[in-house]
Amino acid sequence: MKNMKKLLLAFALLFVAGAALAGVKIEHWVAPSGARVYFVETHALPILDVQADFSAGSAFDPPGKSGVAGLARGLLDTGAGDMDEEKIAGRLVDLGVRLSGYADYDRAGLTLRTLSSHTERDAAIDLMRTLLAQPAFPEGPLAREKTRTIAAIQEADTKPDHLAAKRFAAAIYPGHPYGATPTAESVAAITRDDIKAFHRAYFSARRAVVAIIGDVSRAEAEAIAQRLTEALPAGVADTPLPEVRSPKQETIKVAHPASQSHIHIGLPAMKRGDPDFYALQVGNYSLGGGGFVSRLMKEVREKRGYAYSVSSYFAPRKLEGPFDMGLQTKRDQAGAALKVAHDVLAEFLAQGPTEQELAAAKKHLIDGFSLRIDSNAKLLGYLAVIGFYQLPLTYLDDFPAKIQAVTAKEVREAFKRHVKPENLVTVIVATD
Amino acid sequence: MVTWGPTWASDMRKILALAALLAFAGAAAANPFEKQLANGLRVIVKEDRRAPTAVHMVWYRAGAMDEYDGWSGLAHALEHMMFKGTKTVAPGGFNKLVAEAGGRDNAFTSEDYTAYFQIVPKRALPEMMRLEADRMGNLVLSDKEFAAEIKVVMEERRLRTDDNPQALVYEALSAVAFQTHPYRRPVIGWMDDLEHMTAADARDWYRRWYAPNNAFVVVVGDVDHKAVFRLAEKTYGKLKAHALPGRKPQKEPEQTGIKRLTVKAPAKLAYLAMAWKAPKLVDVDKDREPYALEVLSALLDGHEAARFPRNLVREQKVAQSAGASYDSMVRGESLFILGGQPGEGRTVADLEMALRGEIKRIQDESVSAEELARVKTQLVAAQVYKRDSMMAQAMEIGFIEASGYHWRDIDKTIATLRTVTAAEVQAVAKKYFKDDTLTVAVLDPQPVDKAVPKKPAFAVRH
Repeated sequence: MKNMKKLLLAFALLFVAGAALAGVKIEHWVAPSGARVYFVETHALPILDVQADFSAGSAFDPPGKSGVAGLARGLLDTGAGDMDEEKIAGRLVDLGVRLSGYADYDRAGLTLRTLSSHTERDAAIDLMRTLLAQPAFPEGPLAREKTRTIAAIQEADTKPDHLAAKRFAAAIYPGHPYGATPTAESVAAITRDDIKAFHRAYFSARRAVVAIIGDVSRAEAEAIAQRLTEALPAGVADTPLPEVRSPKQETIKVAHPASQSHIHIGLPAMKRGDPDFYALQVGNYSLGGGGFVSRLMKEVREKRGYAYSVSSYFAPRKLEGPFDMGLQTKRDQAGAALKVAHDVLAEFLAQGPTEQELAAAKKHLIDGFSLRIDSNAKLLGYLAVIGFYQLPLTYLDDFPAKIQAVTAKEVREAFKRHVKPENLVTVIVATD
Repeated sequence: MVTWGPTWASDMRKILALAALLAFAGAAAANPFEKQLANGLRVIVKEDRRAPTAVHMVWYRAGAMDEYDGWSGLAHALEHMMFKGTKTVAPGGFNKLVAEAGGRDNAFTSEDYTAYFQIVPKRALPEMMRLEADRMGNLVLSDKEFAAEIKVVMEERRLRTDDNPQALVYEALSAVAFQTHPYRRPVIGWMDDLEHMTAADARDWYRRWYAPNNAFVVVVGDVDHKAVFRLAEKTYGKLKAHALPGRKPQKEPEQTGIKRLTVKAPAKLAYLAMAWKAPKLVDVDKDREPYALEVLSALLDGHEAARFPRNLVREQKVAQSAGASYDSMVRGESLFILGGQPGEGRTVADLEMALRGEIKRIQDESVSAEELARVKTQLVAAQVYKRDSMMAQAMEIGFIEASGYHWRDIDKTIATLRTVTAAEVQAVAKKYFKDDTLTVAVLDPQPVDKAVPKKPAFAVRH
């Protein structure tokens, strides 16, 4: 009976613990291991989210072995310490833990969600630590995952959307690791030694960023971050990537029998931490980022019915990440739709947003900011980005004022600096 | 099999007990709150004060299953038209007002329902309720806007279905598995029906189904439920109820023999889908079989240690991917579907045999206590994790209500799932996986470079 009362009280507290996410306080420190740690304490829910990222993305794939980063990350849970893959899978499930991983161009890592009670939490963190520090990369799962990866690549190569994205990356990043995608040949060439060497070199404490949010204290978070990373080699903090060179204006057509043409228009545009970030965000909202209210959506979809989906975005990376305008349209009207998209961009580059558009963009981005951080999962994503790219700890607090300060002139000038027509690449897959 | 020390096991029991009590306490705390307006509209509010935001959803109990042959895709086309203006809001104005308020909005249509939502800073909620109530009663459906928008819908169909081989397989599978039941029609609509759809069809659909007595509102967020009820009275409360068209059960006749079909499309990997007719949940309190089928589905494919990823993908390597799906809570009829891509050097016949083998093993050998415990652990953890997302909580309420159940059934169904026994799982595996009620669909991959570009069958008329 007494226990029951305690539980009911605990439950009531869940609901009065409100507003835990308003005015986010990010704490930052460097663990004794050398890993950088970013932490938000919130006890509103009995859960804990932890993300460990490494500067170990596909940009670090050895030449001719595109796919090593993805396999190294993907094989972490196929055997580690004294556990085989079935034991790892079973243990995660028995703990009620959600573990996911990813590898993009810059980063690779694992994300964990667990109940915050001691037993689950400690076991989950120990498991994650073992996967990160002591993966065995056993031959059996490696061979199987190589086979599955090759099959997935061959399958993806039959899909117009994937083909378009792949050709677009290759065209805007000629000769650069950002332009490489794994092929059947490059994956077939990968050996266990390649994976082990990659893991040793890049999954090190000094390349690690640990983001933690949830129902733990600062002291507990410190212990968690250290426990996760102390068994990793110290490693080298960072290794430079080759510079991104701007591509020449070009149109690439790829044959495919699809009923729709898939179109990308863009170029390498912006690094993380670029001072033009806010101006480009505000401007892109009006151009193609603002969903139904963007110029692209109005001109391509609403006025002409050319496409279901049309948009533009900037995806900043460590080096210049892409600006990408994309749409899909019935193949016999691809030329007409492409012209509309080019015209919308040209007009925007020439004149920038109207004062009305500017005001609407700012209002949306500022008033809607609370939506971007209204869950632990979303905040974890921000923590990880702030940490990995070493953005200011005040990034979230500063966001509204930075957006508010953007002028139409700044948008125009920022677009002129980052989106130069002479470097724009157009890729059309499935065209007549 | 993995075994664990006693310390862990006893702690896990405590956690499970705690979570169960939390779920129970949740019901006792009367959150969500519910009120029905005089015009029949039900308003369900779940207070979640963690962040100053709110989710507002309106669900209409009208979906593709309410369409007639020749009018397929109409529920979804109307969903698109709901953004095209009212007597007082210009076309596109709805999106603009949501965006200006800092919010995001969209809509989705299924066989069972059509739903609209906005995720907004909480201060914008009154405006959202006003706008959504406005388009519930005052939509303007002009010929001109319809003519432009139906082209967008056709592009959507090309994108999602025509150029997506697996989507084509599932479209064909439903069309063959169901002979008379309306689930045989695709939600997006057959292209030929889209080409012949008119603005008058859309106006007719709107007049028939869009009424407060055929809808419900879900609000989750940093709100006071009493204030939301007052707002609902002031906005939705002004709308008048009207009689709804009759609905026929359209019960599918019993299938009496296996059906097989093949879809050819440009792809590298083959695909296999096997669909058995299965019972749906009718009586939340008394039914047992649908719960056992849900547990069976989770045992096969609910997590990384489940039988499909473990046996078919990792051990036998007969599958590149394999999955199980079963939805017991639907307005129409349920299918239990197994599907996947064959592994390297394996055929769809190998995969079919392997999938059948997994069912047979459960028929012959039942399932272990450990496997059942894992499914239940996943359920409990998911209940805690879902509270991190307002949208997930709103969707959960909306789904269950729109499928013809009550939000109070959410906790009941979870509690009942946890009582399912190994014998019950074995019994449904024996009873429902018979060839006579099976439909098998296969994707026969065609070389991309030899395929001929697809052209519309004839010119678009709108």
